Amino acid sequence: MTVSVNPAQTGEPMFYLADEHPHPEGYSTSLGFWIYLMSDCLIFAMLFAAFGVLGGNYAAGPAPKDLFELPLVAVNTSMLLLSSITYGFAMLTMQQNKIAQTQMWLAITGLFGLAFIGIELSEFAHMIHEGATPQRSAFLSAFFTLVGTHGLHVSCGLIWLVTLMVQVWKFGLIEANRRRLMCLSMFWHFLDVVWIGVFTFVYLLGVLR
Amino acid sequence: MNTDTHAAHAGDHHHDDGHAHSTFSGYMLGFVLSVVLTAIPFWLVMSGALPSKQITALVIMAFAVVQIVVHMIYFLHMNTKSENGWSMMALIFTIVMVVIALSGSLWVMNHLNSNMMPMHEMTGMK
Repeated sequence: MTVSVNPAQTGEPMFYLADEHPHPEGYSTSLGFWIYLMSDCLIFAMLFAAFGVLGGNYAAGPAPKDLFELPLVAVNTSMLLLSSITYGFAMLTMQQNKIAQTQMWLAITGLFGLAFIGIELSEFAHMIHEGATPQRSAFLSAFFTLVGTHGLHVSCGLIWLVTLMVQVWKFGLIEANRRRLMCLSMFWHFLDVVWIGVFTFVYLLGVLR
Repeated sequence: MNTDTHAAHAGDHHHDDGHAHSTFSGYMLGFVLSVVLTAIPFWLVMSGALPSKQITALVIMAFAVVQIVVHMIYFLHMNTKSENGWSMMALIFTIVMVVIALSGSLWVMNHLNSNMMPMHEMTGMK
């Protein structure tokens, strides 16, 4: 809709758009999802800040050197990195409309993600078994909150992944499913970016300390 | 990444203009770089190859920053043009917020700790 006004200064009619023209469905989804990821980034920044402040307060309890096994963390890191590249392959096969291959790569991504969560949970169980519970010291509270929040995100990503595989299986690679897969792609790669911060600042610098 | 192939590719996908299109070579390059940038910090810490802990810490933090940039470019397809530059704006804003939050928290809390009265003086006061 255009509205005409007649400003007294010039006497010439001027036009401007009063309504925004219609956008196709999902037009702003990726920008909106990116802004959600950025806000999620701020949550992680706060948890990293808390860990940075409290990470040295062991309360005479176990220190990172006693708890962390770097070879296991390296395996865990490679699981997440491999799941990132296999999700990339899923996106590539999606662009080529190869539905079966897309599903296969998504399934492989899910298995790597599951392996990551499994290793992390067994690490947590081992720590808790040794008495290194979140209640033990400020360092452990901050550690479990930060790493646990990341693990929770990956778990949510896995649920989302399975949901989308069912969606693709039922409806195929329709426009809406492509958009959803693209959002999950951003989410998944974003979690890998956060994990870079976790293994560097929590595990490597913790053992170094 | 090759901008020419992107431009050519964007032509036949009118529905998602403004997204960088992923390529196999782009993902593989990002993956290989990430593996190298992950392996070196782990090796540095596990082997203790560098003489001082401070140097090792600085080097692995530098590797983390580089790897985050690699992930942003090759996996998240960040560039200045996607979404008319708005995703880059949101990213820059977030980086500013994160830097303020992290450096501010560490700075303030560190000073708070050093301004605390030492334990032996506190017990003497009663």
